[in-house]
Amino acid sequence: MHKGTNKKPAETPGIVYFNQTLMTAPYLVWALAFIIIPLLMIFYYGLTDKTGAFTLENVIAITTAQHSKALWLALLLSLISTALCLLLAYPLAMILAKRSVSQQSFIVLIFILPMWMNFLLRTLAWQTLLEKTGVINSVLTFLHLPTLNIINTPAAIILGMVYNFLPFMVLPLYNSLTKIDPNVVNAAYDLGANGTQTFLRVIFPLSIPGVISGITMVFVPALTTFVISNLLGGSKILLIGNVIEQEFTQASNWNLGSGLSIVLMIFIILNMVLTGIFDKNGEGTAL
Amino acid sequence: MKKHLVSTLFSKSAGLILSAALLAGLLGGCGSDGASAGAEGANGSGASADADGGEVIVYNWGEYIDPDVLDMFEEETGITVIYDEFETNEIMYPRVEAGASKYDVICPSDYMIQKMIDNDLLQELNFDHIPNAKANIGQQYWEQSEQFDPGNKYSVPYCWGTVGILYNKTMVDDVVDSWSILWDEKYADNILMQDSVRDAFMVALRLNGSSMNTLDPDELAAARDLLIEQKPLVQAYVIDQVRDKMIGNEAALGVIYSGEAIYTQRENPDLEYVIPKEGTNVWIDSWVVPKNAPNLENAEKFIDYMCRPDIALLNFEYITYSTPNEAARELIEDEDIKNSPIAFPDLSQYSLETFTYLGDEGDELYNEMWKEVKSE
Repeated sequence: MHKGTNKKPAETPGIVYFNQTLMTAPYLVWALAFIIIPLLMIFYYGLTDKTGAFTLENVIAITTAQHSKALWLALLLSLISTALCLLLAYPLAMILAKRSVSQQSFIVLIFILPMWMNFLLRTLAWQTLLEKTGVINSVLTFLHLPTLNIINTPAAIILGMVYNFLPFMVLPLYNSLTKIDPNVVNAAYDLGANGTQTFLRVIFPLSIPGVISGITMVFVPALTTFVISNLLGGSKILLIGNVIEQEFTQASNWNLGSGLSIVLMIFIILNMVLTGIFDKNGEGTAL
Repeated sequence: MKKHLVSTLFSKSAGLILSAALLAGLLGGCGSDGASAGAEGANGSGASADADGGEVIVYNWGEYIDPDVLDMFEEETGITVIYDEFETNEIMYPRVEAGASKYDVICPSDYMIQKMIDNDLLQELNFDHIPNAKANIGQQYWEQSEQFDPGNKYSVPYCWGTVGILYNKTMVDDVVDSWSILWDEKYADNILMQDSVRDAFMVALRLNGSSMNTLDPDELAAARDLLIEQKPLVQAYVIDQVRDKMIGNEAALGVIYSGEAIYTQRENPDLEYVIPKEGTNVWIDSWVVPKNAPNLENAEKFIDYMCRPDIALLNFEYITYSTPNEAARELIEDEDIKNSPIAFPDLSQYSLETFTYLGDEGDELYNEMWKEVKSE
């Protein structure tokens, strides 16, 4: 590429460095336009009032009765959903990990398939299924069984969350379980551990990174959702996501909406920090 | 007040097909194609019109005009129509206020028109250039418009209607003539309320005998408490979905716009629409011209064209929202529709009001109270 190679050893790293910068430019532009600037705007709106003067009122507004209730309810529902997802996904991921490769990819495909369909439509379909005169109740009535009345209740919201976010729990768990060396498990058995002991002391600890990243991937979207609670909760149950959405769309109070978003970010960052700590102990097996 | 778009996308049948797809766990992608096809295709002929007449930029509610009318207008006048749509007054307002996109003709609702007048966004109309307006629009609608446009200087009524109770005759035995039936425990979990601040509060305020535009904190607090008391009986707070849920026999009673009521009755003959005796909101959506309109002359021509009886009739038949155009009403051939108490109620027997703009502080007060109801 260039003459006098011996004289200018620094040039090659320079070109490589330049090329790397060039290659990352699209990502930097992307990050700036769609991550950094919007974030700065949220902080600008959240920390100012309508006249543009600095204020902390929008953030402190989380302490009012309605807002804190919506926040606690959102935390509660998303924690329950995350726990249910973990309970459902762990056995499934274990079964998956034990299958042959061709079976594995088929089952994984089955799980990913519904995700190709629009999230909104899937949630709306649940509404049609759960309605009083919906599909499930029509079948139950036909069979002379008692009907299911969970639409417009927190139970329906949890169902919607678990249904929508379950794949986000299964995949990281499956990833971390397949990475466990079978020889480690065999060694545990050889040394006299029974099934329960092997699971509790070998398999589960080794899958912790997957568990943590699964929890993050379910908990964060569940905490911030407003669509699921709107569609399956009949707008009767106000989660913090709904409060923020309404501040933007109905009340056109961007300042308050942004202020509450900042509070929500704190919870998400806490969750991330937790993930970081566990990831250091583990082997960094995120999705 | 037209809120068709979303509900059309998620009609009951589409929902059923989707649930079937969901159960099968397959073929989901098809659903979204069908749904997005509902997006408006009104402005198909932009290229075919002559450039002679210039252009007119129209900003209207979604699915709130017969698309053929736009083609006819282009053909007759040589003016190219650039057609744009909004879903709520609140979405429309900041776009017009910012001035980044310039419009010639807009169709906001009553209270929003008042807000736009207050903030000096609209220009006075020259009614000499819009002869069809004064000739064809009924006197009572001009009078009603005075509530938000004193002197009728800025707006020409396009559609109007009431808000009332839609009920299912097979599920409700009582006489429905009062908002109070929405507080009857017999219908627990069978009531659909409007999920919007002003409409929900209107119901409670009128039941208490207050004005729906009140700013009195005590009256508002009483209405709020009434809504909180009602909440356990409410099946869901919805907007567009009132229509589909009522058609599907999902609820016994629902609060709905009169324009939607005609459509629901067509789909489910068991449904009946009533204006409660305590009175209700009479809303009007009117044509206005913003201050920065680039094609004033064409804007006047467009509004005048919309006021022509034959054109107003086409629009009425397409969107089923009541027309204030008396001459157009005369042209309706179906006597049942022409004298329909839903489309054209005798307003003199009701105590009616129109929403007015409450100011930023008033809006905040309402929103705050509504949040208290919703978070209860």
